[in-house]
Amino acid sequence: MGRSPGDLAIFVGRRLVQLLPVLLGVIILAFVVTHVAAIDPCPRWYPKASPSTLALCEAQFRAPIPVQFEHYFTQLLGGNWGTSQLGSPVLPAIATDAPATLELVLAALLLMVVIGIPMGVVAAQYAGRWPDHLVRVFYLSGWATPTYVGAIIAVVYLAHPLGLPTSGEYGAPPPFPQPTHLSVVDALLAGNLPYAADAVDHLVLPAGVLAFINMGIATRMTRASMLEVLPLDFVKSARMKGLSNLVVLYKHALRNALITTTTVLGVTAGELLAGTVVIEEVFTWPGIGAYAFQSMGGTGQPNFDGAIAVVVVFAIGVVLANLIADILYGILDPRVEWR
Amino acid sequence: MADPEHTSPESPARPRTRPWVSVARALRGFYRVLRANVLSFVGFVLVVAIVTVAIVVVLAPHLLVPYGATQETGVYSGPPTLLRWPPSFAHPFGTDGASLDLYSEILLALPLDLGIALAIAGFALLAGGSLGLIAGFFDRPGSVGGYTSAFILRTTDVFLAFPSLLLGLAIVAALGPGLWQVMVAVLLTWWPYYVRLVRGEVLAVKHLPYVTAARAAGVSERRILLRHVLRNVLEPVVVYFTLDIGTVLVTFSTIAFVIPGVVSYPRPPEWGSMLSFFNLNYPISQYWWEVLFPSLAIFVTALAFSLLGDGLRDVLDPRTRRALVESVAAPNPPPEAPELAGTAAANPSEGASMPEGS
Repeated sequence: MGRSPGDLAIFVGRRLVQLLPVLLGVIILAFVVTHVAAIDPCPRWYPKASPSTLALCEAQFRAPIPVQFEHYFTQLLGGNWGTSQLGSPVLPAIATDAPATLELVLAALLLMVVIGIPMGVVAAQYAGRWPDHLVRVFYLSGWATPTYVGAIIAVVYLAHPLGLPTSGEYGAPPPFPQPTHLSVVDALLAGNLPYAADAVDHLVLPAGVLAFINMGIATRMTRASMLEVLPLDFVKSARMKGLSNLVVLYKHALRNALITTTTVLGVTAGELLAGTVVIEEVFTWPGIGAYAFQSMGGTGQPNFDGAIAVVVVFAIGVVLANLIADILYGILDPRVEWR
Repeated sequence: MADPEHTSPESPARPRTRPWVSVARALRGFYRVLRANVLSFVGFVLVVAIVTVAIVVVLAPHLLVPYGATQETGVYSGPPTLLRWPPSFAHPFGTDGASLDLYSEILLALPLDLGIALAIAGFALLAGGSLGLIAGFFDRPGSVGGYTSAFILRTTDVFLAFPSLLLGLAIVAALGPGLWQVMVAVLLTWWPYYVRLVRGEVLAVKHLPYVTAARAAGVSERRILLRHVLRNVLEPVVVYFTLDIGTVLVTFSTIAFVIPGVVSYPRPPEWGSMLSFFNLNYPISQYWWEVLFPSLAIFVTALAFSLLGDGLRDVLDPRTRRALVESVAAPNPPPEAPELAGTAAANPSEGASMPEGS
């Protein structure tokens, strides 16, 4: 069959090799956007620079494209990703910020699974009737809500009645070390339960908004796969055996429907990461989304090195998430051969 | 759709049907699809209403826009009014920080926002769609077409690796803020989805018996591509396009919100930039109308297109359609279902479908 553990290693390894050209393409595209397509970039990227610095920058952009690319590429590979506006190096800043974004995205993903998938099951169960319509209006509302509108509504109208905080990861600076930079995990590792609860409180609103906006992907896919599975014979025979409706729906049917949903959830990583750009800025969440917002000029001046770094890092995140989804699909679906 | 029964009248073996007959048939099919889902019908009505309003605003603004003439330049010059005046009979949505009537501003922005969304999604459909058609149809390994297809697909993969909002922001940061720059940015991030979609559909269709039969009958490759494959790919693509208009609108307005000065509000009026003044220190509970109504405009427009597109996709997707047909046999059938049974029962090949996003 080609599904022994050794075959799995080959399967994963081949996927990893296939990633390399995509990553190279990502780096080239980021170069083209920032170096080749930019019109008169120096005054825009460095508005407060002295004439001599500006001349230096101009000279750099006047070099032949291959020379520019070689410089850019070696710097990128060497881990020298430049400096941000305030003079701090970009790469360490991104490395410290990344876990917070990961935590936000994972929390949103969890909410999408816990809320979105059962909603999809209910919609499929009552297809064409009012619960189905209700679910559809709910997830399409998320779809149609611009991220910033959702975040504003959450901050202004939901935070106070629910008693939830709207900024940062903790209410007060934590007294314990932060080895993972995942706020909830750090608090739990330190055994500090009040801080863990506080961290969860801080996570609920931003993750909730992120999940609401992307809910459609989980719900719609679950509903479609359930509708595909429900008419099949094994579901009917489970019903005929006298199993209860809940067991048939959630144990027999959903298990088969989940394979496609898992894959699609991995592919939503791009949407979730894009959502963090605005959400982290609004909720002052210390992640790379807020860093991207500032680097792209959301709070004033765009930052050249920061913008390149953020684009490359986000693309790598998406590629890795797709890889994970691909591997999960290979593991979950017994029809996929690993060799 | 992969539907040999429906396409057989068009195959060269039989005389061609007259164009108006097929148009009438398409309209009847569209009506039947709309009736199958209340929400897509609601979406359709909303879309028609929004497009009508946009056309009226362009052609005869004085009919709908009460203060259009007095705030043409972005500076209110009519009868005296206050800054940030709450909603009243004179100003149903209130006035903004430049004492402009928000109701008029939102209506004036409608043609621009709708036009941008249609233009971007339409261009992505044409550009991405043609590339997808090529990549799906000419995929024999080793041939010129095969290499071209491989190149198209690898490039698409690279573009798809970027979250479209972020790549759009980076392009705007590189090109500088401005309406055209944002349109170019969104456009550059939008076409790859259509390459994937169209290619998948072409691959599903091109080996069906009716295409093989046409080839055996001596029909030229070009004719097979344009008449036999393209026509059957068109339906799901147009449905996706409908759904996409709302997404483009939301993404465009997000970029306009994030980067200040993308559109130098108040001229030209644009929904996303109407909100870009907002930050968390803004006393929103005091001046709620200034945030609420532009947000609602974006939300309702995007929702209208999503309702229409999502419902259509449901009925046209063979995976969900089959189940909707099965529910006819259930004790409590929805009244629309028998109509669907006719279309799906004649379609034996619908079990095989491409998983989304692969």
